[in-house]
Amino acid sequence: MPQDIVNTCPQTREGVINTYFLEHRAKLLDIAAYLDRVDRGRGDDPQDFRDRAFREALKILSSDVPHRARRILELFSDMSHEIPQSAEGMKGAAGAVPLATEDRS
Amino acid sequence: MKYIDPHIHMVSRTTDDYQRMAQSGCVAVTEPAFWAGFDRSSVQGFFDYYRQLTEYEPRRAAQFGIRHFSWLCINPKEADDPGFAREVIAIIPDFLERENVLGIGEIGLNKNTRNELIILEEQIALAEKHNQLVLVHTPHLEDKLKGTRLIMDALAASKIEPGRVLIDHVEEHTVGEVLDRGFWAGMTLYPDTKVTPQRATDIIEMYGHERIWMNSAGDWGCSDPLAVPKARLEMARRGHAQTLIDKVTFDNPLTFLSQSPNFQLDE
Ligand SMILES: [Zn+2]
Repeated sequence: MPQDIVNTCPQTREGVINTYFLEHRAKLLDIAAYLDRVDRGRGDDPQDFRDRAFREALKILSSDVPHRARRILELFSDMSHEIPQSAEGMKGAAGAVPLATEDRS
Repeated sequence: MKYIDPHIHMVSRTTDDYQRMAQSGCVAVTEPAFWAGFDRSSVQGFFDYYRQLTEYEPRRAAQFGIRHFSWLCINPKEADDPGFAREVIAIIPDFLERENVLGIGEIGLNKNTRNELIILEEQIALAEKHNQLVLVHTPHLEDKLKGTRLIMDALAASKIEPGRVLIDHVEEHTVGEVLDRGFWAGMTLYPDTKVTPQRATDIIEMYGHERIWMNSAGDWGCSDPLAVPKARLEMARRGHAQTLIDKVTFDNPLTFLSQSPNFQLDE
């Protein structure tokens, strides 16, 4: 394991769970209800790149590899090297990018 | 219990916010020039904004015993037209003489374009020429990682020491590189798009407490001018020592900002 994640929180693992379980239980249920809501939405599967990235991120959440937050942010990042001349006509940030073909898990 | 909020847009906040911040222990704020939510139509619009940042806000803050400092620039969102941006940059040097000005900021990138990059480089050169500190805005969401790297490369090409530059809005995927390259890092506690007090505390635990601070970046959007004292409570709840809490919310901003002779706190 990378050095910076070992014993860096002042609480014990049990202490972290005691402090945060209910808060994050609620956030987990928010995600579950959001996925249900997408399913319940009318119309066909929109094949939205954000939705695909979101579901890919869920795999990172359930992995045992550390730095899950960093890895999800990287999954959602534009890794291109092109620099466009102007922002004219560009849309606002979407929060995700189309998935690269390589496996990021 | 004292703290500094080193990045907050008080022009967008009410006087009640100053009062609540003072009650929560805020002794100083620093306010970077930014996008007003709409594009200004003239250089005169920026002139008036810089007057507000250097004349009016310090007086409003002083009513509550809060010291107010500012940073001047044209923000990246309005810098996509280089001709217009250069006209705005031309009026900045006169304002650098004002007693509450700490440096150039928040400069950076928004959509990672060449036009934005040109104006970023010209403003880095302005800071270098006038020996000013630099406060950097990094793009949001999917543009952040690429933009942060482009900005650090542009800064590395200048003669400004990394220790005189704070790169703001870092998250888990950018904080390591920012610190490794010798810059200061700012974490923005923003309800939807940036880090929560919990994640900011996690980042301090993983990446250390040197050259790092937190701010509310409170502005006209959904944001919380009391985000820094809330993060202090989060750190305490988790069992961190008061000295560490004070370091990241008072001592560290004091150390970085004191590199400007204009940054003085009341005794
Ligand atoms: Zn800002």
